Amino acid sequence: MSLTREQVDHIARLARLNLSDEERERYREQLSAILEHFQRLQELDTENVPPTFRAVESHRQPRPDEVQDSLPRAELLSNAPEVEQNQFRVPPILD
Amino acid sequence: MSDLTSLSLHRALQGYRKGDFSCRELIQAYLERIQNLDFDLNAYLYTDSEGALKAAEIADQRFAAWRKFPDSELPPLLGIPIAVKDILCVKGMPCTCGSRILEGFVPPYNATAVERLLAAGAILLGKTNTDEFAMGSSTENSAYGVTRNPWNRERVPGGSSGGSAAAVAARLAPLALGTDTGGSVRQPASFCGVSGIKPTYGRVSRYGLVAYGSSLDVVGAFGREVQEVAMVFELMAGLDRRDATTVDLPVPHVNFDQPIDLRTIRVGVPKEYFLPGMQPDVEQAIRQAIVKLQELGAQIEEISLPHTEYALPVYYLIAPAEASANLARYDGIRYGPRLSAETMWDIFYRTRGEKFGAEVKRRIMLGTYALSAGYYDAYYGKAQKVRTLIKQDFERAFQTVDVIAAPIAPTTAFPIGEHTDDPLAMYLEDVFTLPANLAGVPGLAFPVGFDQQGLPIGMQLMGNYFQEELLFRIAHTYQLATDWHLRTP
Repeated sequence: MSLTREQVDHIARLARLNLSDEERERYREQLSAILEHFQRLQELDTENVPPTFRAVESHRQPRPDEVQDSLPRAELLSNAPEVEQNQFRVPPILD
Repeated sequence: MSDLTSLSLHRALQGYRKGDFSCRELIQAYLERIQNLDFDLNAYLYTDSEGALKAAEIADQRFAAWRKFPDSELPPLLGIPIAVKDILCVKGMPCTCGSRILEGFVPPYNATAVERLLAAGAILLGKTNTDEFAMGSSTENSAYGVTRNPWNRERVPGGSSGGSAAAVAARLAPLALGTDTGGSVRQPASFCGVSGIKPTYGRVSRYGLVAYGSSLDVVGAFGREVQEVAMVFELMAGLDRRDATTVDLPVPHVNFDQPIDLRTIRVGVPKEYFLPGMQPDVEQAIRQAIVKLQELGAQIEEISLPHTEYALPVYYLIAPAEASANLARYDGIRYGPRLSAETMWDIFYRTRGEKFGAEVKRRIMLGTYALSAGYYDAYYGKAQKVRTLIKQDFERAFQTVDVIAAPIAPTTAFPIGEHTDDPLAMYLEDVFTLPANLAGVPGLAFPVGFDQQGLPIGMQLMGNYFQEELLFRIAHTYQLATDWHLRTP
């Protein structure tokens, strides 16, 4: 199990991570070794085994859909790196 | 007055009621100890002396009022200090999750677990160090420096809740909150010689817990004695409408006044948890603790959890996959620092690339790969199916035994820097803690001995779903008969 440079670039792109050349090479080696170790899962026959997505099911009823107060806008914006006119400020996303 | 920090929770509450000392004095004693010792240990990332002293004064007023009307009710943890792992939101206190990407973030709300402890009268001392986003087994992945083990400064405290475990061990807090996604309460409890609970999944609300692996994350607690841990557990557990995965079941009050008759208890010892490569004095301490339980009356049976060895790959596919989705929210737009760029996409790439640490990026990459087109069935899908087999191992075991006793880690606290260049070696530290998270069952860690170098060794009792009470009562009986938990570094 060995990942290629192209695969690592593809994953980094999907994950929106800028990586240096050195990081790319290190992750390529480390992830290859980790995935190689994980191959042992393939020994198990799971043909008729259902997946477990959550170990304990809560069996809860949905709550009534009622309007409730949310946190004040000023409090939420207080953590934002850039704010303008009471909104999150971002660079243009459309041409 | 610094010896106030050696009082048990019970004695502290008794002292408050009698007026032997004030909450202010006790809080002051802890704050002084933090000031004197924590520059070296680095258990805390943030302390709130001012807030804690103010809360202590209010608590003192309530005790004064109560002494005039002793029939009135007092909140159960009134005036008791507690430290909070820096991955749970506390309104007005910085929450970094040990990451640069949340530097400067101050949550505008409390986690439910925190909210409930505040309602019970607890006083928050501050936030404790953690591996970045709880990803790690040593606290070395914190962007704010490693926490040192109070028993030996050259050793790790375990992780990811290493700051909380070290704080309790060094008496920088009598109680602390942690979280356990793959062993992050139990393993640091073992490395630091304290007691800690990983509750059943869904037992404690995750609201306000910064998400890592959402199908595995659970809020837990540390204390010196299991009796104290049980009290925190009881107060924070239970249904919460703000976390749809919490379960609507009553949380029983753990009655320690009536000792449990261990002759009615069957303890399973899984043979897969004793590996040839494990540290010999760890195995010896665990075997002796099991003999002790037997002497106290318990019936011991060897059992098998045959899929134990697969827990490691299953966990390290599922948790990173969930993390890769959960950590997509850190994009430099709504909170945390932002690296400037011409386009929004480049803000994402640059901010995430530079502000996430090496292990977090590694797990995001691993999880993204496991979920990506063409590999989903082979990795993520396969892991979810093997998770079912691991869960069935436990279900089968609990048909014949009441609890399972097992080691927590194959070694005692390892030297700082030992595994930092080899992620797979670090992951292997988690082999004995991961299965309980994958199955969702509760686990309780408590000290059962020391190795030849004087480092603590912990054991875990794993129980059937929602059987935390049984674990607490058995471990309490053990602690009444032993004194490992009373040793201090």
